[in-house]
Amino acid sequence: MDFNLTEDRRMLQDSLNRYLGDKYPVDHRNKVAYALPCHDPAKWTEMAELGALFALAPEDAGGFGGTGFDIMVVFEALGRALNPEPLLGAAMASRLMTKLGADQEALLSGATKYAVAVGEVEAPYDLDAITCTATAKGDGHVLSGRKSAVYGGQVADVILVAAMLDGTPALFEVQASDAQIAGYPMMDGGGAAEVLLDDTPAKLLLADAADALTDALNAGIVALCAEAVGAMDVTHATTLDYLRTRKQFGVPIGKFQVLQHRAVDMLTEIEQSRSITIKAAAELDGPDASRFVSMAKNLIGRAARLVAEEAIQMHGGIAMTWEYPVSHYAKRLVMLDAQLGDTDYHLSRVMAGLKAA
Amino acid sequence: MDLSFSQEDIAFRDEVRSYLAENLPKRISDAVRTGAEQTKEMAEEWHAILNRKGWLATTWGVEFGGPGWTPVQKHIFEEECCRAYAPRIVPFGLNMLGPVLQAFGTKEQQDYYLPRILDGTDWWCQGYSEPGAGSDLASLKTRAVRDGDDYVINGQKTWTTLGQHANKIFCLCRTDPAAKQQEGISFILVDLDTPGIEMRPIRLIEGGHEVNEVFFTDVRVPVANLVGEENKGWTIAKFLLTHERTGIAGVGFSMQSLEEVKALARKIRRNGRPLIEDPLFAARIARAEIDLEAMKITNLRMLFKAQQQGAPGPETSILKIKGTVIHQELKDLARRALGPVAAPFPGSMTDGNIMFGPEGTANNAARYFNNRKTSIFGGSNEIQRNILTKTMLEL
Repeated sequence: MDFNLTEDRRMLQDSLNRYLGDKYPVDHRNKVAYALPCHDPAKWTEMAELGALFALAPEDAGGFGGTGFDIMVVFEALGRALNPEPLLGAAMASRLMTKLGADQEALLSGATKYAVAVGEVEAPYDLDAITCTATAKGDGHVLSGRKSAVYGGQVADVILVAAMLDGTPALFEVQASDAQIAGYPMMDGGGAAEVLLDDTPAKLLLADAADALTDALNAGIVALCAEAVGAMDVTHATTLDYLRTRKQFGVPIGKFQVLQHRAVDMLTEIEQSRSITIKAAAELDGPDASRFVSMAKNLIGRAARLVAEEAIQMHGGIAMTWEYPVSHYAKRLVMLDAQLGDTDYHLSRVMAGLKAA
Repeated sequence: MDLSFSQEDIAFRDEVRSYLAENLPKRISDAVRTGAEQTKEMAEEWHAILNRKGWLATTWGVEFGGPGWTPVQKHIFEEECCRAYAPRIVPFGLNMLGPVLQAFGTKEQQDYYLPRILDGTDWWCQGYSEPGAGSDLASLKTRAVRDGDDYVINGQKTWTTLGQHANKIFCLCRTDPAAKQQEGISFILVDLDTPGIEMRPIRLIEGGHEVNEVFFTDVRVPVANLVGEENKGWTIAKFLLTHERTGIAGVGFSMQSLEEVKALARKIRRNGRPLIEDPLFAARIARAEIDLEAMKITNLRMLFKAQQQGAPGPETSILKIKGTVIHQELKDLARRALGPVAAPFPGSMTDGNIMFGPEGTANNAARYFNNRKTSIFGGSNEIQRNILTKTMLEL
């Protein structure tokens, strides 16, 4: 049993935290995050040079990481800085390409940006309910349908798309230039896209892709959970600073027990969130990955909303302003619940496991 | 990062598991599993079994007869004991007074009392709380006045758990009423046979007799029974509150309770299907299971830190707060699962052939009510929040 990070991971974490703190501070982040393309190409390249992408793939796929813990370290740092760059798509695409044995040098170097398109308007989380359809045409295939909330889709060069082929979810590669892509900045910063496919040419990567897609979604969920933990840590620390300095009735408001105990409850839920994220990361390559990532995403969904709402409430009016960073952290913490399955969705998956047991 | 136990720890777990399988009497584990009353004789029998193996005083230094386990091994032992439905070790002598005497007692006190704790000669109880001193323990009023070679004790202690089985009590008494609150308190050992002591039962919410109040009227105790320095008893009280915090999360007990709730919800049928298939009930179970899964890791993280730093930190208060809330939620679910079947007063339905719920569930409502205590005792969850505010949040 060892809860310390390895030396390599600690160094990566330190350098990412330092870089993002110095070069991607929240004012710059806000400039990038809320307007298309929600992406800073120079910074993206520098982040890739620091190893933020290489850490997402195992050594035999050209990276230097690839485990749940590597994903956790990278995304916790991104969460601390509220970074809007499209790494979620890269992390999920890298998992898929590792499974396929595909060359991912261009992904890991940051030269080619990938997004993964699974969810649809009426099936935002569920692989089973996909309606986007693949049809054989000539030597290849064409896809028709609409992919919704494709994170990073607004700047992706390549989109890996889940589509039904002969009644089974299959995995295709679509060049972004071949599809109709409606990108948008999100409420909480960062970009996504609606991807409209209409007899769009696609390269079949994997015919029976349910397991590979599930694994990629699981990796994405670990990434989101870690991102939330990083963002919750910063939100809590900022709230504590405020409680120590803000005076009302002649004393720092942190002297009021009603606020102290609520700040403790935030701490408790954050530590529980960190724990379940570690567990999900540890199990990512194991047989029960789906169960543990669902547990993590459910708990994170509950905790992140609590931390966000309590941070705003305990700050008072200042946290309602665009200028104060906590408002942006709070938006991210609330909105990430709806990415890759919300609390209810994942709770129902854990419930399904109860019945089966 | 690695969440798995080492080879040595796994071998240790297997050793504990097979030892428990062979040595824990079924009669006793059945009583624990079904929530039947655990008698004094059962506790003494189980203590004696563990003592023969050298596994009774798990918190003691090796030089005093402890097994010399690491925090992880202690954790594994506690978890396995829960898994096997072993009774809880009665903590007052073994896990509270024992470590206190080892840290603060004289050689004579150690030589006299420690073996008597191990072999069961003495059953200790705790004289801390008073009617006017609960969370604000330092405001305690029980007086010990020096008179020659004796202290003369007057006052009242309360919430004395299992005092009805005890022959000795360790007390916090005020020895210097002029000093500041925390500074005039002493830690004194008292023989319950001493004239002037009266113990009265307190009937608890569910009807059971678990705690007592103890009245002291001109009770003469030799000064030799003082532990540590006079007026320095608060140091010992604090030592006890921060020492030996492994197991404070009660993860093993919650795992036990979760399995009970699941088994119950599979057995009980509602509206033509097992209760576990009712989405509202299943959602409650699933949420509790998720919180417990996180708690297991939080517990291990703090254990790991304690092992690295040599002592548990103040963050263990998180374990107390969240651990008790999770356990209480599971006890609530066990009560809810039975629905109206949980209603009969414990014991009232055992005479005839009418048994309502599945075996061992007759007192689920009683257990739910009894377990409301866990967020109150040992430093209420609000006191734990105060501790965390000071130590972790620095507000």
